Amino acid sequence: MTATATADTMRDRFARVTTALLDDDPRLAVVLAEIGVSGLARAMRRHPDRVINVGIREQLMISVASGLALSGLRPIAHSYTPFLVERPFEQVKLDLAHQGVGAILVSVGASYDWPEGGRTHQAPEDVALLSTLPDWTIHVPGHPDEVEGLLRAAIAGDGNVYLRLSAQANAAPMPIDPGRFHVARRGSRAVVIAAGPMLDRVLEASAELDVTVLYATTVRPFDAETLRAEVHTPAVVLVEPYLQGTSALWVSQALRDKPHRLLSLGVRRMEHRHYGTPEQHDEAHCLDVASLRHRIGQFLGR
Amino acid sequence: MTDTTTIPSPPTLGYDDLPRLVALMTGDEKHSTSADSTLDVLWVLYHRVLNVTPASADDPDRDRFLLSKGHGPMAYYAVLAAKGFIPIETLATFGAYDSPLGHHPDRLLIPGVEISSGSLGHGLPIAVGVVLGLRAQELGGRVVVLVGDAEFDEGSNHEAIALAGRLGLDRLTVVVVDNRSATHGWPGGIAGRFEIEGWAAATVDGRDHAALAAAFTEEPIGRPNVVVAVVEEGA
Repeated sequence: MTATATADTMRDRFARVTTALLDDDPRLAVVLAEIGVSGLARAMRRHPDRVINVGIREQLMISVASGLALSGLRPIAHSYTPFLVERPFEQVKLDLAHQGVGAILVSVGASYDWPEGGRTHQAPEDVALLSTLPDWTIHVPGHPDEVEGLLRAAIAGDGNVYLRLSAQANAAPMPIDPGRFHVARRGSRAVVIAAGPMLDRVLEASAELDVTVLYATTVRPFDAETLRAEVHTPAVVLVEPYLQGTSALWVSQALRDKPHRLLSLGVRRMEHRHYGTPEQHDEAHCLDVASLRHRIGQFLGR
Repeated sequence: MTDTTTIPSPPTLGYDDLPRLVALMTGDEKHSTSADSTLDVLWVLYHRVLNVTPASADDPDRDRFLLSKGHGPMAYYAVLAAKGFIPIETLATFGAYDSPLGHHPDRLLIPGVEISSGSLGHGLPIAVGVVLGLRAQELGGRVVVLVGDAEFDEGSNHEAIALAGRLGLDRLTVVVVDNRSATHGWPGGIAGRFEIEGWAAATVDGRDHAALAAAFTEEPIGRPNVVVAVVEEGA
């Protein structure tokens, strides 16, 4: 990997790929609510009719995306996670799939990319919330290269897609087949599912353990088929960088006919009144390497 | 079951047939005040203003009507039936499990219905997106949204009014059916809320077909326009 490529964040890559695709695809449109404007400034100058900043109006951002889709365009709405998913949630629910149209929601900020921002800028609930709705595809990429592939595929389709970008990333991209879990390592005592940016930490934490590691970048639909094929000892560990247990129901449904044990790790449900760094928050939620090693080892009876 | 054989084919149905069509849904001539308040506005739009028919309901260049105030849709369904979008006999299924006609309209179930509504404050913001999308694709249709005066309580409308005014979306028309049902009201009138954001505004009698038609067919002047259609209080 070159130094240039590693300097690229997921957010940078999103802006660059979107800017290029706006030139090539007359169906593509972007709706912003102030956040993200600077990254797409050139695209906005080149395509003022298709890159629209509605001001700090997040309900309107989603409804405008709906209207653009109803008129035949393929809209992306992009903002910070809580203002994209939580604040306008009824618009997400009623103005997209309920109208029979699709949009691509691209968030930045993840669960706590900016911990100094406090609770208002943390949204570990996003994937769980969108998972309450039917027919959403949810991608949790772990590397900027994965963002690019998933974004291009999403733009080429017409469904509702959530692309969750994070400042936390794995060191290298994985060869992902969109929609499928990737077998990162095979072992016999358990299956550990690592979602997006959790992969590097899970691989390091489980290096001494005889476990299969599945890498999940698309978490909805949930790849039950790969999970079932890889589960030999019925023990599953779910490691997600958002609300703890977000995918537990899906694991349970995938293994409904197999007695199994499940350990769900993720961001804990609490009012966590601390600032600091993402790494400190990882530790607080037991998502750092040492905590993962301890929790997974304990689950396996070590 | 209603005998539909005696009802004329759609193109011959007129304004005077609407109460009978509404009655097919309500079971008698008494129906909700909400349906009543919008009846004349809807008839004038579909009969005299909008360039859309059942045959052109999927034409990218068609005019689009968005019923934001999805409550009390009987008048809407009656007008759609009179204009041939909905078979007359379907009206009698209103609200039934397998009926396409719910107490709020669903665009995936009813031909000619542009948006599924029911939750207030969604239609106008969606309409802003439709107008922007049509403009980006150089398509010709205009977009008309019907909202209720009490629906204006929803803050999402005010996000849309501000942006549409600032962007000068002159293919957008809002018709506010004002039966003074908002609990806290709008000091100075609803039209003022739009004018301060740069909209052209007209306030007309919501029962006067000629006045409504004239207000709806004003030439675009580089800014969106609102028609406040005043009907009797509580209608």
